[in-house]
Amino acid sequence: MGRKLLLEHINVPGINTLEVYRQKGGYRAVEKALKTLTPEEIVEEVKKSGLRGRGGAGFPTGMKWSFLAKPEGVARYLVCNADESEPGTFKDRYLMTYIPHALIEGMIVASFALGAKVSYIYVRGEMMPQIRILERAIAEAKAAGFLGKNILGTGYDLELYVQPGGGAYICGEETALLESLEGKRGNPRIKPPFPAIAGLYGCPTVVNNVESIAAVVPIINDGGDEYAKIGIGRSTGTKLISASGNLVKPGVYEIELGLPVEEFIYSDEYCGGIANGKRLKATVAGGSSVPVLPANLTLKYANGEPRLMSYESLSEGGFATGTMMGSGGFIAFDEDQCMVRNTWNFARFYHHESCGQCSPCREGTGWMEKVLHKIEHGHGKMEDVDLLWDIQRKIEGNTICPLGDAAAWPVASAIRHFRDEFEWHIKEPIKSQQQNYGIANYAVPIEKAPVTEEK
Amino acid sequence: MSEKVKVTIDGITVEVENGTTILNAARQIGGDIVPPAMCYYSKLQGSGGKCRTCIVKVSKGSEKDPRPMPKLVASCRTTVMDGMEVLNITSPEVLEARAGVVEILLINHPLDCPVCDQAGECDLQNLGYEHGLQKTRYEFERRTFERIDIGDKIQLHMNRCILCYRCVFVADQITNKRVHGILNRGDHSEISTYIQQAVENDFSGNVIDVCPVGALTDKTFRFKNRVWFTKPVDAHRNCDHEKCNGKVTLWYKGADVLRVTARKDQFGEVVEFICNTCRFDKKATADWVIEQPTHIDDTSVIASNHYETLKPLHVIQPNQALQDANEIELLKTVKY
Repeated sequence: MGRKLLLEHINVPGINTLEVYRQKGGYRAVEKALKTLTPEEIVEEVKKSGLRGRGGAGFPTGMKWSFLAKPEGVARYLVCNADESEPGTFKDRYLMTYIPHALIEGMIVASFALGAKVSYIYVRGEMMPQIRILERAIAEAKAAGFLGKNILGTGYDLELYVQPGGGAYICGEETALLESLEGKRGNPRIKPPFPAIAGLYGCPTVVNNVESIAAVVPIINDGGDEYAKIGIGRSTGTKLISASGNLVKPGVYEIELGLPVEEFIYSDEYCGGIANGKRLKATVAGGSSVPVLPANLTLKYANGEPRLMSYESLSEGGFATGTMMGSGGFIAFDEDQCMVRNTWNFARFYHHESCGQCSPCREGTGWMEKVLHKIEHGHGKMEDVDLLWDIQRKIEGNTICPLGDAAAWPVASAIRHFRDEFEWHIKEPIKSQQQNYGIANYAVPIEKAPVTEEK
Repeated sequence: MSEKVKVTIDGITVEVENGTTILNAARQIGGDIVPPAMCYYSKLQGSGGKCRTCIVKVSKGSEKDPRPMPKLVASCRTTVMDGMEVLNITSPEVLEARAGVVEILLINHPLDCPVCDQAGECDLQNLGYEHGLQKTRYEFERRTFERIDIGDKIQLHMNRCILCYRCVFVADQITNKRVHGILNRGDHSEISTYIQQAVENDFSGNVIDVCPVGALTDKTFRFKNRVWFTKPVDAHRNCDHEKCNGKVTLWYKGADVLRVTARKDQFGEVVEFICNTCRFDKKATADWVIEQPTHIDDTSVIASNHYETLKPLHVIQPNQALQDANEIELLKTVKY
């Protein structure tokens, strides 16, 4: 049974209320941080923990905090990025819905560490239930003296606001989020300057993911060293994974980093295997923006070693044979799934969500979607596959923000690993409309029996 | 005295003020190594970074940190560091990426130069010739828009807009009332006024000058003539507008002034913005003090029938590589 830090009390009735949350040890981190630690010591603990940003990039959180400029007389801000909207990723919504005080407690500790007097939780506009839940929890925390003036008599003041977002995927990109928070069109800013130097209202700002901020609570409670003992290598601690697709038990799981992918998919503790007794064809390990991997490379490296759920292991081999941990949006595709259709589906999303500011993303995402639509619907030409490859190369790395990369990688990886399926769609336009390509034609078909965990 | 830093672009070293962008450092050298720019406009704050035509490769970050930058960067928004080395026309990667950007820009920009009123003055046309492909591989239907009159002097044709945002920056920074901007997102984005309002303020005509393509055109000149049949002349008048100095270019056909525009520098950027009175209402020679024929680059189609003595490009400091490069540039401009 893997250790749980964030979801330990998820099944306790009323854990979303302050009263029950405190009964289970909630707000100990606030008391400890504000009464016994200095901001620098908190940053040091987070550095020691090895916590990496859980939003997708995986940048060390403590290091990000230490970059924050500290000019005299200038406000500093902490902004929580709760704009979660990547297809396949729904862990932050789960955390905010069921344990809102974990986020609020983390926000207070992190704001204190960063010297922020005003902090924001920027929540995707569509998540109105979560916005209400957070607002209620903030009111509870304020009434109990954890927010507002002179928190717990320590002299520290903090106001925490929930801001509904504009409902655009791009607003999850940190600089677009800041623009949106300032009331402007949610277009990404050109970096540098980075938010740590000039962020919200031109002031030094840290933007952290919901899970990253919530993870600060156990780090302060137990110490950074204890947190770093969990996990593997530079992938420390636990990670929320939102599992979806053709799994027996899709849902949100907290895993210790370093768990074998095979165990995550097939053990009863987690996903319980592939639904309906089907075979695994492919996975997206970290949300729709990361490269898709065929089943064999999902479970093992190219050299046959088992692949683990960690930042390093998932990216082992680069994009040729690896992928990314991303935001932890794990999607499994069974043998009946059409990779062309899935790729087109992802491309539709990124085309729809491009902000339109820079030309390669604005025009290139739409172009990719149209070519994929053509292939999927039996009108493709053989040269379209190379054209798609070329278009994604023109987008990747040439855009203002990472949305261009996010749009390019699923297409590139699908062509890299499933080119024969694309070509089959083109060669057999009628058959491809009537049946799926499956995995029978792959050189290395994968068939895994469910793993029964020893109790 | 501000600090100077050295940057090397395509093997030519130049010393520039700290905080200068790579693009502006290249402009100080001049010639072919100046990256093209469709959205950057030195007179407009915050412009640049969007079209991605000016991307370059930074092969050495600085003397202190010589690591190359992992991705190509927008030269118009990336500032130089001391010892930085930049590859522009000497990098096949950059040229390939730029060709890609051109192809992408041309997806929704029709190559209808024989029809378009910007023919002869279109930056995208030049970019396409210099960096593009012979043909586009895009085979889907292009988006089309009706032409919109935004006021009695300016016409917007979104078919040709490449969303460089320059006109929005002009409206934001030069005029006192912005009534147009970007609507929608992605490839549905468009420049529009709020419910087709007129753009009416003293400096609104400048959106025409900054438009790099034929999306915003001057209705008082539109399709009256081709620019290469006109004769540009520098002129000025005592303008009573507090923000306008009355320095313009008059575009003559015979004895008639067909068009008045702001003067532009060697990079096609307006030197100083002019008011609408000078631009639209003063079309008689008697309104102006004529100075001299406007200098037109020999490489421009507008230069047809305009003869001038050629001069080498300005040399910043004694530098053999730079002088050699300038001589090559000079040779290219010599008429045979």
